[in-house]
Amino acid sequence: MKIKSLEFKIFSPKMIKDMSAVKIEQPELYDADGFPIESGLCDPRLGVVDPGLRCRTCGGMIGQCLGHFGHLELTKPVVNPLYGKKIYTILLSVCRKCSKPLVDEEELKHMKNPMGEIYKLKKKSCPHCGEKQKELSFSKPTSFREGKNELNPEEIRQRLEKVSDEDVEALRIKGGRPEWLILTILPIPPVTVRPSITLETGERSEDDLTHKLVDVVRINERLKKNLELGAPDFIIADIWELLQYHISTYMDNEISTLPAARHRSGRALRTLIQRLSKKDGRFRGYLSGKRVNFSARTVISPDPRLSMLEVGVPEVIAKELTLPIKVNKYNLTEIRKIIANGPNTHPGANYLVRPDGIKKKITEENKKDISKEVDVGFLVERQLKDGDVVVFNRQPSLHRMSMMAHKVRVMKHTRTFTMNLTVTIPYNADFDGDEMNLHVPQTEEAQVEAEMLMATENHIRSPRYGSPIISCKQDHISGIYLLTKDGTKFDKKTAAELLMAIGLKDKIDELKNEVTGKELFSFLLPKKLNIEYKASIYTRTKKTEEFGVDDLVVIKNGVLKQGAIDENSLGEKKGALINILEQMDKRVAREFIDRVSRLSLEMVTKYGFSMSVSDQDVSDRAKKKIKDMVSGFEEESRKVIKDYESGRMKKAPGLSLRDVLEASILRLVGDASREASKIVKDDLTDESNPVVMMAKTGARGSYVNLTQMCAFVGQESLEGKRIYRGFTNRTTSHFGKNDFSLKARGFVASSYKEGLDPIEFFFDAMNSRENLMDKSLHTRHSGYMERRLINAMQDLHVGYDRTVRDSHNNIVQFIAGEDGLDPSKTDGGKPLIKLLNQG
Amino acid sequence: MEVNAKIMEMFEKYCKDNNIIGKQKEEKFKQFLEVLEKSAYDPLEAIGIIAAHSISEPATQMTMRTYTMATQRDRLSKVTQGLPRLIEIFDAKKSLEKQMRIYLRPEFNTKEKARDIADKIKAKKVKDVIESDSIDLIDLKIELDLERDDEKDNLIELIKKANIDVSSRGKKIFVKPKKSDVRTLRKLRSKLLEAHVDGIKGIDEVVVAKDGEEWMIQTAGTNLKKILKMPEIDISRTRTNDVFQVYEVLGIEAARAVIFNESKATLDEQGLDVDPRHLSLLADVMTVDGDVKAIGRYGVSGAKSSVLARANFEETKKHLVNASFNGEKDNLSGVIENVLVVQVVPVGTGGVELKVDVEKMMGKNKKKEE
Repeated sequence: MKIKSLEFKIFSPKMIKDMSAVKIEQPELYDADGFPIESGLCDPRLGVVDPGLRCRTCGGMIGQCLGHFGHLELTKPVVNPLYGKKIYTILLSVCRKCSKPLVDEEELKHMKNPMGEIYKLKKKSCPHCGEKQKELSFSKPTSFREGKNELNPEEIRQRLEKVSDEDVEALRIKGGRPEWLILTILPIPPVTVRPSITLETGERSEDDLTHKLVDVVRINERLKKNLELGAPDFIIADIWELLQYHISTYMDNEISTLPAARHRSGRALRTLIQRLSKKDGRFRGYLSGKRVNFSARTVISPDPRLSMLEVGVPEVIAKELTLPIKVNKYNLTEIRKIIANGPNTHPGANYLVRPDGIKKKITEENKKDISKEVDVGFLVERQLKDGDVVVFNRQPSLHRMSMMAHKVRVMKHTRTFTMNLTVTIPYNADFDGDEMNLHVPQTEEAQVEAEMLMATENHIRSPRYGSPIISCKQDHISGIYLLTKDGTKFDKKTAAELLMAIGLKDKIDELKNEVTGKELFSFLLPKKLNIEYKASIYTRTKKTEEFGVDDLVVIKNGVLKQGAIDENSLGEKKGALINILEQMDKRVAREFIDRVSRLSLEMVTKYGFSMSVSDQDVSDRAKKKIKDMVSGFEEESRKVIKDYESGRMKKAPGLSLRDVLEASILRLVGDASREASKIVKDDLTDESNPVVMMAKTGARGSYVNLTQMCAFVGQESLEGKRIYRGFTNRTTSHFGKNDFSLKARGFVASSYKEGLDPIEFFFDAMNSRENLMDKSLHTRHSGYMERRLINAMQDLHVGYDRTVRDSHNNIVQFIAGEDGLDPSKTDGGKPLIKLLNQG
Repeated sequence: MEVNAKIMEMFEKYCKDNNIIGKQKEEKFKQFLEVLEKSAYDPLEAIGIIAAHSISEPATQMTMRTYTMATQRDRLSKVTQGLPRLIEIFDAKKSLEKQMRIYLRPEFNTKEKARDIADKIKAKKVKDVIESDSIDLIDLKIELDLERDDEKDNLIELIKKANIDVSSRGKKIFVKPKKSDVRTLRKLRSKLLEAHVDGIKGIDEVVVAKDGEEWMIQTAGTNLKKILKMPEIDISRTRTNDVFQVYEVLGIEAARAVIFNESKATLDEQGLDVDPRHLSLLADVMTVDGDVKAIGRYGVSGAKSSVLARANFEETKKHLVNASFNGEKDNLSGVIENVLVVQVVPVGTGGVELKVDVEKMMGKNKKKEE
């Protein structure tokens, strides 16, 4: 059955009474023997919270009986604090004598929002009975004044009662009669809503709500007694007000004008409104944040031997997670075997559900019997085994690729989830202790849906920019570059070993005695592939396009004719090869990624790839060049500073002279870094230098990093400016006041390799710390932005007519995305035109 | 299927580059249509959630800093950038750092003319045109010493309009309010100094800059309405980053374009690649109703019809109280409402209702078996 709609209304006193099982009259909870008092707040007719007992109203056990409401008859009426403002607007809209709306009937008919409009007219007298209206004032949350007189809830209720049903309708109050906003009878929530807990000492500890309700009932009784005794008016008024206070805080304990009701320990009580709102409230904490079973969590580690479609699950976890399997005549024998394994031998089973619905745990003792007992129609909760579809997730789940479906590979001796390295990018995972979650879809529908929609191979292309996101990184790139660059050759034996690693056993026969890396790589490509693009090692030097040996990648009919494979072929977002293969066939692309990542790592292992400090050595000539260049810029900066100090500096609109100085020095420093980068780039030309190779192929690092290692680090910044804080008008005590020189403001002229001097080190640390702080402060803001964006757009979907519509079928876009193309099925946002070139 | 003009252009270029003509081209076009069909959105795709993800996932990588640009062209622009700017756009806030890029008509495209125009539009306050100011404690009046004569009449006119006595001698202007004690004089002086004399209100700073071969004016502060009225200005290319001014002057479609362009520029500037389709959807969500709505509780989310969706987002109490008072009904047509009541969500595969006709299926299988 489906819930079609929900309506929100105000409870009438009659409804409260009708649904009530108990009339509450006693403020005490338990008698001397510890049994709940009849007509007290823990009356057994309100439901059960203790195991073993039955509900006195419905006879249900714990879990079966949801509890029953009671009611409390208030001695005197009290304003419902949540509706204070509403009551005020009604009072303003209605005559104090005849309770008719303070407008002509004609006018009222034309009002769109009478409640919001009538009081703005500020009618002095009633158009119906001519009664002069007095000034009304309202102070939060529950007190009303008319002129100088306090209006008590009884008076308000009388006025509201007099408003005719027709007028209520005309005022568009649809939730119920206005007088229901003044409480005469208070619904008492069932004990299941406010269960008491028994502490180890045997003492009972009551829920916050119960505490508050005790206060309400007690004051209500006191008011009753005082009324019966005929106490003086001021005493009655005091107690009445106290009753109002307790009911107000019972409903909402965060009303700004009321002091919060507190627990003995001083903690503010968590009453009705607090239970609903905020992050840990009913809505966000329980209703939209669901908890699940059949899930697991552990540390992750890499395993390049796995396919990107797989996830390695430790056997201990696989034994715990189960999948319900219906027994039929086709799988009966297999199921019997599994059950015979019992719960402790891996492909086993943990539970059996008989056709009559009785669930039985399978143990080592009964496994043989159950295995015989099992027949068609039974349901077996079988342990997870190879090939099962599971959903794998890493938080924060920022996009849909944070939850993808994988196939299980049960690992005998591990305790961690293992995964292929290429899916590390969409999950944004690394292995420095990251943990991930695993979910087992239980129904066939869920399993099929997960496999068809959520499988990793369907998410190779990111919907964010329409290019591959499941792709190669770091050593993958280095390895494949080493393999495919010009001059890499293997003898038959080595080549065969490489092919074995990627499972291309049958291709070994095709090998010649000497195999080039490009030939080997071509085994991974489908025969009909045709593509041509620039590799990332290509740098445009001259005006005309001139390609070096490996700069242009050409693939013809699935053979790598020329060019080295690097980031532009396989990398995130840039990977042209993964891109085109994904367009042709997702399965092919997946196999390619699996093999390429495996092959490259095998290659990098065989070849050996590392870097040493000496790889950052630059020639003496370059060293001198850098040194001269830096001192040149230092000289220039001194000139600028001198200009500034002597007042010769040129003004710029909108900037102070200080700003102009900073801007020109920043420009100088930037130029210096750029210059240094150029010198380093020209000096480190050795192709076999691994650091250079990584920077060029895009495996890791850049020339900026390289420059910082071999030339100098450059300007450290704080809040986007040069470093300026510390002492009065200077950064550290090593400098004079108002010293604007490079060194005094955080320019680091040493390289990371040489090492920084203490002052430079300190500036570097300042900069690092700022970055660190920035990062952690930042997540909050972007998290909230995501929540808001999701909330604003979650209902939008594409209609069958390709329009974008919201949950009420209002059109938001006439053609989804303005051209109807799904970015996750495009090539960087453009149609897949390259597909036309393929065979 | 109708093919978008831009996509068609791409196809034509492809054919030209590969020398495909005549019949072959027709053949290729058929193939291309198939490819396009394959790239289309699936019906019921939860496009909004994907767009939201695609915008906010890169936002986690953005910097918080507001940089002061040091380059020649943007030298006065202290622009909010990165995540703060993005949030500002989505909040539909009146930005504090408004800017304009004013392009000129070809006939005014010289450095000198651009300077003149820049000078003309820059808002001048009294304090910008005077040399000094003082309060005469004996005569109880304010003395303003002007920089140049030509502003004098203008200024006197202005003060007269405010119904205050003015007199002048040489380059000096004397202001004597009716009620003249020292305190009102002081107050008046500070007010007077901030009073607008000349130029266009709101244009606080101007810089003449070169954009390619062309001279243009960059401003801090904006006043689209007045700038667009100037004959020297190339209306079609002049821009402001203030969504609301554009909305007031040019209407909702233009405001949508500003939201789209600004958010795209913010992301691009940070080097983050987001498909423009996501941003266009967001801009549409903010502007479908004909006015600019913020993303958040006072905008799009607050205007939702579902009580549960609103209560779940923010301000639970307010929404529940209002809903009960107004007797609202929630039809559970959105995503979050159905999550709350544990029902299948009406987008994606959840939006399809399919039943298998078992008998028919069995019958078919039987036929096969035969």
